[in-house]
Amino acid sequence: MNIGWMRVANIVKVGLQSIGRNKMRSALTMLGIVIGVACVIAMVAVASGASSSIQAQIDALGTNFLMVFPGTTTSSGARMFSGASNLSVEDAAAIRAECPAVAYVSASAKTSAQVVAGELNWATQVQGVDVDWPFIRSWNLAEGDFFTSADVRSATKVAVLGRTVADALFPNARAVGETLRIKNVPFHVVGVLERKGGSTMGQDQDDTIIAPYTTVTKRLEGHANAAIIYVAAISPNRVGEAKNEIDLLLRQRHRIGPRQDADFMIRSQEEMASTAAASSKTLSVLLGSVAAISLLVGGIGIMNIMLVSVTERTREIGIRMAIGAKGRHVLAQFLLEAVVLSVVGGLIGILLGVAASQLIARYAGWPVSLGAGPILMAFGFAALIGIFFGFYPARRASALDPIDALRFE
Amino acid sequence: MSASGGSAHSFVELTDIVKIYTLGEVEVRALDGVSLTIDAGEFVAVMGPSGSGKSTLMNIIGCLDRPTTGRYVLDGIDASSLDKNQRAEVRNAKIGFVFQNFNLLARTTALENVELPLLYSDRLTTASERRTRALEMLHRVGLAGREGHRPSQLSGGQQQRVAIARALVTDPAILLADEPTGNLDSRVSEEIMAVLQELNEQGRTVIAITHEPDIAKFARRVVAFRDGRIISDQPVSDRRIAQRKESVA
Repeated sequence: MNIGWMRVANIVKVGLQSIGRNKMRSALTMLGIVIGVACVIAMVAVASGASSSIQAQIDALGTNFLMVFPGTTTSSGARMFSGASNLSVEDAAAIRAECPAVAYVSASAKTSAQVVAGELNWATQVQGVDVDWPFIRSWNLAEGDFFTSADVRSATKVAVLGRTVADALFPNARAVGETLRIKNVPFHVVGVLERKGGSTMGQDQDDTIIAPYTTVTKRLEGHANAAIIYVAAISPNRVGEAKNEIDLLLRQRHRIGPRQDADFMIRSQEEMASTAAASSKTLSVLLGSVAAISLLVGGIGIMNIMLVSVTERTREIGIRMAIGAKGRHVLAQFLLEAVVLSVVGGLIGILLGVAASQLIARYAGWPVSLGAGPILMAFGFAALIGIFFGFYPARRASALDPIDALRFE
Repeated sequence: MSASGGSAHSFVELTDIVKIYTLGEVEVRALDGVSLTIDAGEFVAVMGPSGSGKSTLMNIIGCLDRPTTGRYVLDGIDASSLDKNQRAEVRNAKIGFVFQNFNLLARTTALENVELPLLYSDRLTTASERRTRALEMLHRVGLAGREGHRPSQLSGGQQQRVAIARALVTDPAILLADEPTGNLDSRVSEEIMAVLQELNEQGRTVIAITHEPDIAKFARRVVAFRDGRIISDQPVSDRRIAQRKESVA
């Protein structure tokens, strides 16, 4: 049998023996690392859960998606954001007609309303859109049909319901074919949208009613301008092109020079995505550093206890040295103790962290995502902390003079 | 296993050993030109009042410390020139320590205490070999059946027997006992000295440091120290033979 390995086995045995003889102290020392690792894992799970759900929503919207917002207007030299939109339905039509990189365009007007169907009522928002809207949002219908261009032209009183609204107003029946009243105007339900879920900002996207924008502007709002124009580029890599074309066209139509501030804003899904990604990254960094600090504090706890332990066991070290332990044996023993404490602490911390993130997912309802990567990283980091913070006390123990150590009271 | 040797070559050979400690500005000559030769199979008592240099001598013989000047040869090895790690190896292989306060590891069974030197040794590498050897040693000092006891569960005399078993487990060239009976009453002291005498009769070289003349009389030869020098070195004329209470196989 290999003597070198037997020696290693002996040192391991010695290290484990002294952990076993001081169970309470070992457990308390471990606690710091346990909490640290559990913290890292739970924090990373929450942070990456948040960012992956944001990413999923952005992907669901489609990456060729653009929005044109009304911006500031300049009237009599004062720049201001006018409440009334300066984007017209004609602007939307012009974008569709003149921008080759644009596939779909939908003007949109929005209003909040109390909606009544039979004896039930529901407060929601009514979006007036064009027939391209389902293609722009990649949003299919679960029941019925979307309204037609003819409906838009003639401002027909038809509505497509989001799933939440359909469930609220028609809990026991099919919504399609029923009638509801929006601001006392009767609307015929022609379709129900598929369930979409919560948005990036946490709103329920299914809590909405979709109607032809002409109907919304004329019959519900009484003015003809569009609040937002939704645009889809032909493909994701032509989004920039589409943006430039729209910018040029609208400046022309609104008589704004190339160097002047535009009275509209164009935002691509990508820009909104990168904003969301940046904020979720900030969240990750923040949570991660809080967790890393707690792990560091755990490591300092190990060093503290190991230093106390070396002082307390000076005599033991002296005895071991007198009967033939070399400096490196003592170094290995104390280092091994520190590493075992941090590794075992790390393993318990992993279990605790995984359990904590499951609890967070269940009771707080936050999305959590937990890969092998962060778990392995937290574990490796814990082991490294054991080595790093265990080394100094172990070094001190191994440098003791056996005579002084034996005399120590 | 028996103590190595048989031919009467010198086991411990100290030549002009000087040990100087510097305490702040003051130099203390703990050993001031000591020359001493101890042969295999001897039982030597080193006597002297505290501060006479006997503990310093014990540290040098036990390879815990190095002389400032002078030469120390232990079993053919020039121990005065060894580095820290080499001295640790020599301590492990050639020297068995018995201390005044036993120096057993607390919360550790007698068996584990006795096995301890083997963990730092190249010999007896398997756990079962170590265990067999340690049990044999415990049996030899009359502690068969107590291998699972911890030091706190043993009397002073029993603890010192465990310490002797631990000192013997690597089959060392010399057994170095520093005030082995200092913490024990006279009856138990005699039992411990009986163990040392018996081991000596079996051929083991024993060096015991003591300040009690009664204890020194169990040895065959007494070396007396004062102020870092040897003041007398003579055989024991009225040697005491310790009463054995228990058989020490």
